[in-house]
Amino acid sequence: MKSKVLIIALSLYTGVSIAQKLKGSDTVLPLAQKEAESYLKVNKANKVTVTGGGSGVGLAALVDGTTDIAMSSRKIKMSEKIKLQDAGKASKEIIVAYDALAVIVNPSNKVAQLTREQLEGIFTGKIKNWKEVGGDDLQIVVYSRESSSGTYEFFKEHVLKNKNYASSVLSMPATGAIVQSISQTKGAIGYVGLAYVEKEIKTVKVSYDKGKTYVAPSMASAKDKSYPVVRPLYYYYLTTMEKSVKPFVDFCLSPEGQKIVEQVGYVPLTK
Amino acid sequence: MKTFYKKFSEKFIEGLLLLSSTITTLTVLLIVVFLFKEGLGVFNQKPVEEGFVIALNKQNPVNKLSSAQLKNIFDQNITNWIEVGGKKDSIILFRMEDITNYYSEEQIGEQYENLPQCISKVVDSLPNIIAFFSTKYLDKNFQGKQLDIDKISFKEFFSGKEWFPTAQPSAQLGVLPLILGTLWVSLGAILLALPLGLAAAIYMSEIANENVRKIMKPLIELLAGIPSVVYGFFGLVIIVPLIQKTFDLPVGETGLAGSIVLGIMALPTIITISEDAMRNTPRAMKEASLALGASKWQTIYKVVVPYSISGITAGAILGIGRAIGETMAVLMVTGNAAVIPHTILEPVRTIPATIAAELGEASNGGLHYKALFALGCILFIITLIINLTVEYISNRKKYNNR
Repeated sequence: MKSKVLIIALSLYTGVSIAQKLKGSDTVLPLAQKEAESYLKVNKANKVTVTGGGSGVGLAALVDGTTDIAMSSRKIKMSEKIKLQDAGKASKEIIVAYDALAVIVNPSNKVAQLTREQLEGIFTGKIKNWKEVGGDDLQIVVYSRESSSGTYEFFKEHVLKNKNYASSVLSMPATGAIVQSISQTKGAIGYVGLAYVEKEIKTVKVSYDKGKTYVAPSMASAKDKSYPVVRPLYYYYLTTMEKSVKPFVDFCLSPEGQKIVEQVGYVPLTK
Repeated sequence: MKTFYKKFSEKFIEGLLLLSSTITTLTVLLIVVFLFKEGLGVFNQKPVEEGFVIALNKQNPVNKLSSAQLKNIFDQNITNWIEVGGKKDSIILFRMEDITNYYSEEQIGEQYENLPQCISKVVDSLPNIIAFFSTKYLDKNFQGKQLDIDKISFKEFFSGKEWFPTAQPSAQLGVLPLILGTLWVSLGAILLALPLGLAAAIYMSEIANENVRKIMKPLIELLAGIPSVVYGFFGLVIIVPLIQKTFDLPVGETGLAGSIVLGIMALPTIITISEDAMRNTPRAMKEASLALGASKWQTIYKVVVPYSISGITAGAILGIGRAIGETMAVLMVTGNAAVIPHTILEPVRTIPATIAAELGEASNGGLHYKALFALGCILFIITLIINLTVEYISNRKKYNNR
């Protein structure tokens, strides 16, 4: 899935054209592709190339100058910032959309809601059986994304409050694999982006106020900010390149661009 | 003139051949040098991310903390200083974002201009604090004690049992579970594939009639052409639930699932190569054996198999090679939990799967990146050892037969 070079559009128009390269997160990739497609319909003279590879790859390419915009599903790391500074460059951060993360379990599981503290216990390995959180006497099998994924970092920061996952957590290479595994493992729990929620799995209501209110993940609850597990998706570009990337970035932030965000399954920005 | 021309063209072709083999050798060497250069770089690094400091109050008697202790402190598994050789007092954790618990936003300043002084004061005022923050906010007259952290050592790297390369404040780089996971899965794969593959090869080369062979051989070779992701997905959807049900396990993603998938993937290599080797047994040898009154089966295991043993071992090496280096299929079925496996019915994490899954997001040239290259070196050495051993064994066999 990774490192697949996807050149979506290479316009054949000659003359003055602005070429732009986007590289980075595989989470942002489908969104950026759709945005680029629609953008090119309007601005036929421009060129936009979108490639995946991961947030780290994108940000490294930004430092090397081999991409104009780095797509990232996590905030830029301190070490990457320092590298940019060492190269005498400064980057600008733009939030293009939000992604809501849903906690999912096997449909046969009768647990319907969990507090943040319970989730922390489950993912750090302190809670090991479903009966401790009101379910059947069944061992909990925790699925997570790979440690390099932006989703993993976000979940660790916001749900586990920076504690490390348990060593016994199973990590899967792709979101699709998590959905597949959870649908066939009775005691499973995991997290996926809202766009990946299917009927083979069950979402769990989450409470961030110690069990007073539980909110189910949905586009509506993510939009009105009542659902707590929502992360931003970023574009990073060099401040010196602002002029050439601005038209495309502005398009992504425009109402038209934000409509595409919703089509792809992410949560649009709210003013 | 004509002979000169002929000689010249011969020389020219010779030169071309020399050039291409030189280029290949150089490329291989270059890759190996690059791999080891990047990989060994890990031992020059500290487990704490560049640009961050860990500081204690200056009255705290603790001067040194290991990487594992840091992780346990920040995970709140160690909550008292006495556990790491300090005074009996509970540990207060401090991360940069916690500053708002101590100072108001006005005091910190809009551009965080007062943040360094604020952090310095917090660390100075609380004797049992441990603070983790960016060097950017390190005050010039910082009042605390900056903790000295050792570089990653060989011993820590190879005997560490925890693999958390992105953990903050201190990365945990213990590769033992990964090495054991890789060996475990490969061993299982070869135990499954070798007898099955050999049996199939013997059947096809010695027993099956020509028509059966004509159908079976292309079918088996077809197996080699299937992309490994397809095997992985097949494993995830079919083999994983099957194992879970058969052994009544809480989770089906196990080392065994990986072994089965890899075993299937190694089969075509083992079968084709050993079958070819067996078919190369001179007819005269086989007929001589039969003429001496040996049965068909005796001929197979006394004449055909010993004669073709080098071909069979070659097939087995290539099969193991594929099993150890295989990435995608294993990534999908073994569960990838970095724990030391005690049975083959537990989730394991292999080296190639780790590299494939993590390299894309690791920041270029950083600690995590170098650690993954070091894993690549380990994999390289494992394969090298296997190749050398098998070569040694097959050479000895030949010598004995003479």
